[in-house]
Amino acid sequence: MTASTTAVQERAGAASPAPARARRGRATLYWIAKHAIAIALAIMFLGPLVFIALTAVMSDQQALTSRLWPDIWNWSNFADIFEKAPLLTWIGNTIMYSVLATVFMLLSSIPVAYALARFRFRGRRLAFLLVITTMMLPPQVVAVPVYLVWARFHLTGTLWPLIIPMLLGDAFSIFLLRQFLVTIPREYSDAARVDGCGEFRTLVRVILPMAKPAIAAVALFQFFYCWNDYYGPLLYAGTDLDNWTLSLGLAAFRSVHRVQWNLTMAATVLAMAPVIVVFFFAQKVFIEGVKLTGVK
Amino acid sequence: MAAITLGNRLRPLAYLSPWLIGFALFFVYPLISTVYFSFQRYDLFTLEPVGLLNYRYFLQDDAAWTSIRNTLWLVVVMVPLRVVFGLGVAQLVTRLKAGAGIFRTIFYLPSLVPLVAGTLGFVYLLNPATGPVQAILGAVGVRSPDWFGDPAWSKWGLTMLALWSVGDLMVIFMAALLDVPKQLYEAAALDGATGWRQFVHITLPVIRPVLMFAAVTGVIQTLQYFTQAMVAARVASGATDSAGSVFVPGYPDQSTLTFPEWLFHQGFRDFAMGYACVLALVLFAVSMVFTLILLRQFRGFGEEDA
Repeated sequence: MTASTTAVQERAGAASPAPARARRGRATLYWIAKHAIAIALAIMFLGPLVFIALTAVMSDQQALTSRLWPDIWNWSNFADIFEKAPLLTWIGNTIMYSVLATVFMLLSSIPVAYALARFRFRGRRLAFLLVITTMMLPPQVVAVPVYLVWARFHLTGTLWPLIIPMLLGDAFSIFLLRQFLVTIPREYSDAARVDGCGEFRTLVRVILPMAKPAIAAVALFQFFYCWNDYYGPLLYAGTDLDNWTLSLGLAAFRSVHRVQWNLTMAATVLAMAPVIVVFFFAQKVFIEGVKLTGVK
Repeated sequence: MAAITLGNRLRPLAYLSPWLIGFALFFVYPLISTVYFSFQRYDLFTLEPVGLLNYRYFLQDDAAWTSIRNTLWLVVVMVPLRVVFGLGVAQLVTRLKAGAGIFRTIFYLPSLVPLVAGTLGFVYLLNPATGPVQAILGAVGVRSPDWFGDPAWSKWGLTMLALWSVGDLMVIFMAALLDVPKQLYEAAALDGATGWRQFVHITLPVIRPVLMFAAVTGVIQTLQYFTQAMVAARVASGATDSAGSVFVPGYPDQSTLTFPEWLFHQGFRDFAMGYACVLALVLFAVSMVFTLILLRQFRGFGEEDA
C-alpha cells in the first residue's frame, strides 16, 4: 500500500497541477496492475532456475519424492557428478572448442565485415545478401557432403570439423559486425587516411577500437554458441566419451549413468553457471548485441 | 598509378577471401554434391546410382511426413506465440516505472541458458512423478498432464520451453518500441486515442518491419528445430545407449520427431546418406523461400551508406 501511495504522490507532483480524483485512482490501479503482472511473470521466468538449483542439492532419497524444499543440503552432489562421468574432460573439450572457434571467427570475420561495410566494389550488395543466405541456411542441408569431406581427412570423431571452418568466417558474426561498422561515420577513416594511414592500419588503429562493443558481442555470442552447441558435437564427436563436450555429456547424463534427477540437475547447474556468471558481468554487451540482430 | 588502381581493385577481394573460400567449400560445393548424392545409394561403403528411387521413397516414407507435420505444427503454433508473447513482455517492460532494469534482466536471462540444460530442466520440472509443477498443481487439486510422455502434450511442453526463452525477442522488440516517435503518441492522445487504439494504429504499424523480421527468422530457426526435441525425447523416454541400439528420436510416439531430426537420423544413424540428401534438398527449398522473404527486407540495404 505504501508503494502505491508514494506513486500517487509522485504522479500528482509530476502531472498537471489539479488532476481529477478519478483519474488519479485509475492511474494508481494501472500502476499496480502493471507491476503485479511483471512480478508474476518474473516468478514464472525464475521458477525453473530456482527449482533446478534446489533439486541439485537434494539427497538421492528426496529426489524420488515430490517435496520441493531440500530436507538436507547435499552439496556433495556437485562432487559426486565428477565421479559419475568424465566431466573435467568434457569441460576441457568444451572450452577448447569455444575458445578456438571464437578466436578463429574474429580473425576471419572482421576483415570480411569491414570490406562489406566500407569498400565500394561491384557485387558488394550481392555478397552481403549471400552472407545473409548462408546465415539462414539450416546446417543440416549440407551436412552429408561436408561430413564425408571430414571423414576423408580422418577428422570425424574429433571436434576439429567444428573449429577449422571458423577460419573461413562465420556468416552470423560477419552480418552483425557489418551492421555495426556501417554506423561508424566515414569521416573517421577519411581523417586517418589523410594522416597517411593505409587501409589495414586504419582498420586496426581507428575502426577496431571504435567497434569494441560489437566485437565483444560477436565474441560472446560465438563463445556461447559453441558452449551450448549440441548438434555439431553430436554429429562429429563420435562415440568416444573423451571427445565429448559438456552439452553432449549432459544430454546423455541421466540415461547413460542411470542417476537420479538430483545429480542430473547438479550437472545442469554446472553447465548453466558460467553462462549466467558471464551474463551478469557483461549484460550490456549482450543486450546491445541482440539489438544489432534485430535491425529493420 | 596503375599499380595503385589494381591494388584498390584487389583489396576487397583480399579482405573477403576467407568468406569467399568458406562460401565455396561449405555452401556451393556441398550443395552441388547433395544434389549428386540424392541420386545415389550410399552407406559410406558402396556407392550406387539409383535414379529417382530416393525421391520415390520420400513420397511413401511415413516418418518423414510425420516429421513434416510436426515441424509445421511448431511453425504455426510456436513461432506466432513467441512473437506475441515477446511483444507483450517488451511492451510491459517499457512501461514499467519501477525496476524496469531488473525485470529486463530476469526476462532475458533464460534465453541464455544452454539449450540442453534448459530442456533437461523442463523435462524434470514437468515430469508427472516427482516434478515441482505437478507438486504445485497437485496442491490445488489439478492433475498435470504427462507433458513429455504424452503425444498430445509433448509439443506443448516444447512450446513452453520456447516461451520461457523469449528474452532475445523481447530485447529486439523493446528497442523497436522505444524507437517509436513520442510525438505520434502525443498527437494520438490529442485526438482522443488511448491504450489499445494507440497500440493498433501507431505502435503496430511503426514496428511492423521488426515484427516481420522476427517472424521470418523465427520460421527459419524453427525449420532447424533439433536440439530441444532430441534432448527432451531422449531424457523423457529414459532410453539407454547400450551397445548396438540406436536412439530413435520422436518419443513419445513420433510426436516430437522434427524434419531435421529425421534427416540426421537417416544420414548419420541409419547411414542412408543418399536418402538424407533428398531430405536435405527439401529442407533447403523450404528455408530458401523464407530466406528470400527476408532478403526482400534487406533490399537496398547495402546502398544507403555507399
